[in-house]
Amino acid sequence: MEVALFVPCYVDQFYPRVGLATAEVLERFGVKVHFPEAQTCCGQPMTNSGFFDDARPLARKMLEVFADFEHVVCPSGSCTSMVRNHFQTLLPGEPRVDSLRARTFELCEFLHDVLKVAPKGRFPHKVGLHNSCHGLRELRLGSGSERLVAPFNKVRALLENLEGIELVQLSRDDDCCGFGGTFAVAEEAVSCAMGRDRIADHQRAGAEIITGADVSCLMHMEGLLRREKKPMRLMHVAEVLAEATA
Amino acid sequence: MTEHAENAAAFVANGERLQWHDKAVWFMRNKRDVARAAVPEWEALRALASQIKAHTISRLAGYLEQFEKNALAAGAQVHWARDAEEHNQIVHGLLEKHEVTRLVKSKSMLTEECHLNPYLEARGIEVVDTDLGERIVQFRKEPPSHIVMPAIHLKKEEIGVLFHEKLGTPEGLADPKALTEAARQHLREKFLAAQAGLTGVNFAIASTGGIVVCTNEGNADLGTSLSPLHIACMGVEKLVPGPQELAVFLRLLARSATGQPITTYTSHFHGPRPGTELHIVIVDHGRSKMLAREEYRSSLKCIRCGACMNTCPVYRHSGGHSYGVTVPGPIGSVLAPHIDPKKHASLPFASSLCGSCTDVCPVKIDLHHQLLAWRGELAAKGLVPLGKRVVSRVGGWVLARTWAYRFFGKLTRLFAPLLPSALLGPWGRQRDLPKMPRESFRAQWRKRAGPR
Repeated sequence: MEVALFVPCYVDQFYPRVGLATAEVLERFGVKVHFPEAQTCCGQPMTNSGFFDDARPLARKMLEVFADFEHVVCPSGSCTSMVRNHFQTLLPGEPRVDSLRARTFELCEFLHDVLKVAPKGRFPHKVGLHNSCHGLRELRLGSGSERLVAPFNKVRALLENLEGIELVQLSRDDDCCGFGGTFAVAEEAVSCAMGRDRIADHQRAGAEIITGADVSCLMHMEGLLRREKKPMRLMHVAEVLAEATA
Repeated sequence: MTEHAENAAAFVANGERLQWHDKAVWFMRNKRDVARAAVPEWEALRALASQIKAHTISRLAGYLEQFEKNALAAGAQVHWARDAEEHNQIVHGLLEKHEVTRLVKSKSMLTEECHLNPYLEARGIEVVDTDLGERIVQFRKEPPSHIVMPAIHLKKEEIGVLFHEKLGTPEGLADPKALTEAARQHLREKFLAAQAGLTGVNFAIASTGGIVVCTNEGNADLGTSLSPLHIACMGVEKLVPGPQELAVFLRLLARSATGQPITTYTSHFHGPRPGTELHIVIVDHGRSKMLAREEYRSSLKCIRCGACMNTCPVYRHSGGHSYGVTVPGPIGSVLAPHIDPKKHASLPFASSLCGSCTDVCPVKIDLHHQLLAWRGELAAKGLVPLGKRVVSRVGGWVLARTWAYRFFGKLTRLFAPLLPSALLGPWGRQRDLPKMPRESFRAQWRKRAGPR
């Protein structure tokens, strides 16, 4: 199977290790990974701020860059949701949109639903799982705490298989960390207050590591942690899986 | 800073109160989760409620006329108000005609929205809110901070101080039960002295002409039973086709709002009691404008349960007053720009777009998508800060060109770490930047010489 990596712009620039871990995990399951170098950004920051006109050229660029791949895999629920849930409103009537939407997957859902694999390995740590909102509620990576449906969580399911891992019990399973794209800057006070509350929940639960399927949430919480010089570590799910299965 | 961001920053500044408020409101979300779990068909109910509302608002004019016909036949009188001003005039006209100088009200967010109290007070009428939370905020001369729990922003000690001043309770008394009893005695006098009772309307039944008012304190019943004039004010969106549809909403409303299986009092009014008058004032106030707009239409399904506020992390971390509107939180941020997009331009941005509101909503309003739609509309109208506009335009230009993206990416990685945090803007005030890697992913990928 061949897969094109869709690496979010800020991951490419600030968190290359997450991109590499994503590729490693996929390769471990026999996938041939490509990285189309013309890619930049899916346009989410502009869309999130309401500047749909500024986002449109980026959405079109995405359609071109990933036109020829069977599967497109992204280590971010939020950026995947941008393609899957917002490209059609951004580019109404554009015939290539539906195809890209159907071919684009967030990493965990790709492993869980398409490859249907259960990563095996050791990760002897106490881990707090941050359920990022867009992955959870826009991609339905998990059932979420609001709806009354049979409980499931694809990210958790991948981690649970690892030997030695202890997924700590949070008091609020899926409260938002307050990143929210441009919200993090425009509503800085609320954003940081929300982030600190999430961190405190993980801390109380005894997590050494906070993991999640979206680097943006982790970047926000890491920023708070580093400023306050707290020892907790943040790792993307891809990094956890890559390390555990190495 | 935008208006909401500024208000919110002031709220956040009191860390201890912030924590307390977040927990108090989340407590309600939790209660709702427990109550919901006892109804296995919860998701089916939500879907049904959403469809009933979609159906009703798609034939709103017909249902309104049917309701009017049946309400008249039951002996009520029906008035139509285009906007808040007309609504206030109608209510005042009725009170004037009946020579009412003392009015008791049960909770009505519509009359808050129309600013009825100051309108009547300016015309010499004593208005007493009889819902406990509403009475508290009325004493404090401030608006409600939540549509179901108007005084959720206040601690019991603060209410003790207020009641000591207003009702003469002993100094330092903060026992909720004793304070409630004091309010009860005080309100009893007001009920007995009132010449008219005003209520909101939770549901209006088209096929019977009846209205339904849900309260936990029985204050609507007392207010309307003791006086010869009952004025009920409702927005046009309160209609349900018939009693069987009503049943669906009664199962959802209290569970979503406070985690109760049903409100303590669910009072049905079908025409006036003998010898009294029942006047129903039906208000549009921007609602038909909303109806005309497909992307926002579903917000007319709202039954004002407040669940979206309780779940909203931004509401919990910024308080109801930070929104500056009668209905705060996600639904309020979707509704307010219809009335005045310029004034309320900051509200659709007062959200992390986490989507919890959408999933908690008992009538399945796609709240976070409507917030996003509003952002687009406000940006197109030029109602977002210029700085944001420029950043988006420049960012869009750079990101559309791979070479420019690579160049600026490298520049950021090289120079951002050299900047003192004071120059990092709002990001850097409380947060560090990520440790900048020397090489981007794409550079490292190239070196990796293709897949292993």
